[in-house]
Amino acid sequence: MADTVLTINNIKKSYGDNLILNGLSLDVHKGEVIVIIGPSGCGKSTLLRCINALEPIQGGEIRLDGELIDGKSRNLAQTRQKIGMVFQNYELFPHKTVLQNIILAPMKVQKRSKDEVTEEAEQLLERVGLLDKRDSYPRQLSGGQMQRVAIVRALCMHPEIMLFDEVTAALDPEMVREVLDTMLELAKNGRTMLIVTHEMNFARAIADRVIFLDGGEIVEEGDPEDFFTHPKTERAQKFLHTFEYESVKHK
Amino acid sequence: MNWDVIVSYLPLYKDGLLITLYTGWLGILISIVLGLVTALIVHFKVPVLKTIAKIYIEILRNTPLLIQLFFIYYGIPKLFGIVTDEIACGVIGLGLLGGAYMAETFRSGIEAVDTIQMESAVSLGMTRRQAMFHIILPQAVTYSVPAFVANLIFLLKETSVFSCISIMELMFTAKDRIAVSSTTVESLFLVVVFYLIVLLPVSIIGSVVERRLRYASFGN
Repeated sequence: MADTVLTINNIKKSYGDNLILNGLSLDVHKGEVIVIIGPSGCGKSTLLRCINALEPIQGGEIRLDGELIDGKSRNLAQTRQKIGMVFQNYELFPHKTVLQNIILAPMKVQKRSKDEVTEEAEQLLERVGLLDKRDSYPRQLSGGQMQRVAIVRALCMHPEIMLFDEVTAALDPEMVREVLDTMLELAKNGRTMLIVTHEMNFARAIADRVIFLDGGEIVEEGDPEDFFTHPKTERAQKFLHTFEYESVKHK
Repeated sequence: MNWDVIVSYLPLYKDGLLITLYTGWLGILISIVLGLVTALIVHFKVPVLKTIAKIYIEILRNTPLLIQLFFIYYGIPKLFGIVTDEIACGVIGLGLLGGAYMAETFRSGIEAVDTIQMESAVSLGMTRRQAMFHIILPQAVTYSVPAFVANLIFLLKETSVFSCISIMELMFTAKDRIAVSSTTVESLFLVVVFYLIVLLPVSIIGSVVERRLRYASFGN
């Protein structure tokens, strides 16, 4: 397809003898929202980290817009600008205010003017309802607020694809919603997104395509409605079953 | 204790104080630069230099300053035929010793910053150098403050050893007074008072800075 943004071709990743990703291939199209689910240790987070070259791969290749992502390349910083990453524990810079967190990379990396970036940052903060926090430090914010700032920070670099690594896993339940709403809005606006999550209802609502990963391989992929109502493989059925509870009340 | 003697000694001690401050802070300045460079070399595991840095740290931290100063002051002229100035020797000696301590302080500060902060920064397209400068070092410095202040106090106290290579600092002044006029009590009283004048402000300012950094900027 012509509008493929990211191509992952037969990548292999292992720590010592421990094989994490076993010849995984995946094409991501422009504007597509892909949700990756699977049991813990199945390699979902590792996959995102490989895409960003935070982890070296031992085989295969990853291309963004046809350009090879290579951990040793001189252009790596250039390529990474096009990939927005949001981490489980926010990873805001604690010694900088919310606004400084957002405008630092656009100014230092993309050499954009402070006024221009500040204006954009303020617009984005307004959209996630945090404009009044622009001069706060991260420690003064709640987890949900920090995560929304982290999303804004990534957006301000104008990435072509956004990676979300279990971004609600560290949040209190009542804060999960505000972060997920922010992501839903991004999806509505046509962002290309790759999301690792354990929120099954959210996955069903946001995904154009669901990928079920187990043992470092794509076991099943497809339309979210089909996948969640009629999973084809036994492994997926078993996995989805762990999210259901059977009544223990005896009549 | 004879207060007239004390008053008459004050100008001498003031001169000693100035030399202590001058040599002490100059040595500390060198130690900060040397420590930072050494810490970065060790942290980034620069080949060859890393081994040299580690040997340097271990040798300097595990030998007394007195021996190091004798080596520089008496040894170097013998080995290389260079005439050495005692102040220069003292400052260099203190700078080398301090550099080893500061290196360990800064290194542990850098290591106290989570590696994922570096990942977060490079994910935004920063180079490792930019990330180090804007993200890691500012946090590392904050983590280093308590140990850094302890080093300052330690190094300023160590300047008393300079008396052994005839730098006329506070300790030299006290020993000199005791030798020429046997006013032991007054001389020692003054040396204690003057060291407190040098060190108490460092200690107080240090704990204020420490508290402000802890409460003001971060700790999430």
